Amino acid sequence: MTDRAELARLDDLLRPLERTTWRFYALVAGLAVVVLLGAVAWVSQMVIGFGTTGIAPPIMWAFYITNFVFWIGISHAGTLISAILRLVNAGWRKPVTRCAEVITVFALMIGAMFPLIHLGRPWLFFWLVPYPNRRLIWPNFRSPLVWDFFAIGTYLAGSVLFLLLPMIPDLATIRDRTTGVRRRIYGALALGWRGTAEQWARLETAMQIMAVAIIPVAVSVHTIVSFDFAMAPVPTWHSTIFGPYFVAGAIFSGIAALIVVMAALRRSLRLEAYLQPLHFDHLGRLLLLMSLLWAYFVFAERLTTWYGNDSAEIAVLMQTQRGGFAPLFWTMIVCNLVVPVALLAPRRLRTIRGCVIASCSVCIGMWLERFLIIVPALGHKYLPYRWGTYRPRAVEITITVATFAAMTLLYTLFAKLVPVISLWEWHGGERLARSPQPTAMPEKQLTDMRQ
Amino acid sequence: MTALYALFDNAQAARRAIELVRAAGVPHREILVLSNRPLEGFDEGRSRATRQWLVATGGGLVGLAFGTALTTLTQTAWPLSTGNMPIVTWWANLIIMFEMTMLGAILATCGALLVFARLGRSRKVYDPAVSAGQILVGVERPRPEQVGELQRALRAAGAAVRTLE
Repeated sequence: MTDRAELARLDDLLRPLERTTWRFYALVAGLAVVVLLGAVAWVSQMVIGFGTTGIAPPIMWAFYITNFVFWIGISHAGTLISAILRLVNAGWRKPVTRCAEVITVFALMIGAMFPLIHLGRPWLFFWLVPYPNRRLIWPNFRSPLVWDFFAIGTYLAGSVLFLLLPMIPDLATIRDRTTGVRRRIYGALALGWRGTAEQWARLETAMQIMAVAIIPVAVSVHTIVSFDFAMAPVPTWHSTIFGPYFVAGAIFSGIAALIVVMAALRRSLRLEAYLQPLHFDHLGRLLLLMSLLWAYFVFAERLTTWYGNDSAEIAVLMQTQRGGFAPLFWTMIVCNLVVPVALLAPRRLRTIRGCVIASCSVCIGMWLERFLIIVPALGHKYLPYRWGTYRPRAVEITITVATFAAMTLLYTLFAKLVPVISLWEWHGGERLARSPQPTAMPEKQLTDMRQ
Repeated sequence: MTALYALFDNAQAARRAIELVRAAGVPHREILVLSNRPLEGFDEGRSRATRQWLVATGGGLVGLAFGTALTTLTQTAWPLSTGNMPIVTWWANLIIMFEMTMLGAILATCGALLVFARLGRSRKVYDPAVSAGQILVGVERPRPEQVGELQRALRAAGAAVRTLE
């Protein structure tokens, strides 16, 4: 690698940090307005009360918990995929990992907001935190909601650190290219990184340990989110496969979100040389695999329900097959199975555009899936006097739209401050020492092999 | 003299410089190599990877102990009877214990990185050209009798020698 090539690469990847166009300000302003509208809607809900939303008994978990599960699922894009690719040392992961890890951190932050938005009195959220309050009531460790607190807290802490550790060398690079206040800020964040052989070795080992630790945490998080449902005596929820079913769905939606984000970054930051069709092809194959796995879980889940023939469960099932929720159910099937298979199975259609269309379709389909798990079941529980339906109102629709804007806004600001493609990981390990000379095989070993 | 070093454009040139510096009598552990990317093969013989894994395991065990104590002591001190379950519910507690174990391991890993990689300390010998892709090979605080030999070795590797006073 020549010095000139290295400088050109650095220029490419650091360009968004060094130059700001009017489009950036316009995008940030537009997104900030939508986020602000969401905040206004939330405040109005707190002031007026939950009556301003469509959420009412028996469907108390509607849009908000749908969004909670959806965003926690999206968060599986990053850390999990990145950790797996790091562990198997997949060469093509280099431009993908940071794009993915950032999604995890922001999606988790947004997802974790929804239980608070859903509380009605969010200022009392600390009742979930395990410390003795004035009434000497401790959190009930048998409640899946407390499990959520611990699981999401651990995953968020782990994901933030998993993102930050490999960023340290890049922050040092930015430190050396900036001046003034920015240099001081990046210098402080770089923690005095010099790039000694010792530091590189320690960082790579730390990333291996983090990858090993974060994979089971990621799996546990969505399993525990599924326990919010599976532990409840609600028709179609009390299922033993909900854990793996949710994890598979989360990885599925996560990969889809990653493809959409990568395509947007590729176009807006002119990263065509780094985010290549090969990366989309690999992720497209993975998305296709997850689509089939998701369909398998849906079939297994619904077949068991149908075969069991429990009247309450059949009622919920039929509502989604032929009743009022059927249009949403069949849209979900088209979005999550038909479109991905049609676009990703034929090799010639698995282009960047094909992958993006399939991914957008999967994001919509997976949001519908979360909605269809929650709303029909809650509206049709065991006792008929508890039956009901749900129609969203402007408040929860505004808040939902605002979270998508918040995700885009956070990502846009991040891309302005830190390179979205890791500068140092691009190289892989260059061999500095001489390759070890092949040593002669001991005579005894040779004899054993011949025998 | 604080340091004597030279900058190289690529790993091959840096490797040659390292060999010449070693031939000049500088022990491997005293040679300073700075780069903006990991260079395989230089860290041989001074790996602390095992210790990092041990620290992570230790952190996990501390987290496990904390999770176990938090759940069981809480449930014993404020017994809550829910769903006809026992007061100390191991099945449910395992989830909290698992999460605390992993959190302990993750935090210990980050702490170990800060300590073993000597992060957060004031910068010593450094050249901003490193972050632009050049590889720095040199020696920190060389002994006076080494200086002449070192300068010759680095020049022989094809780079201009720089000194930090």
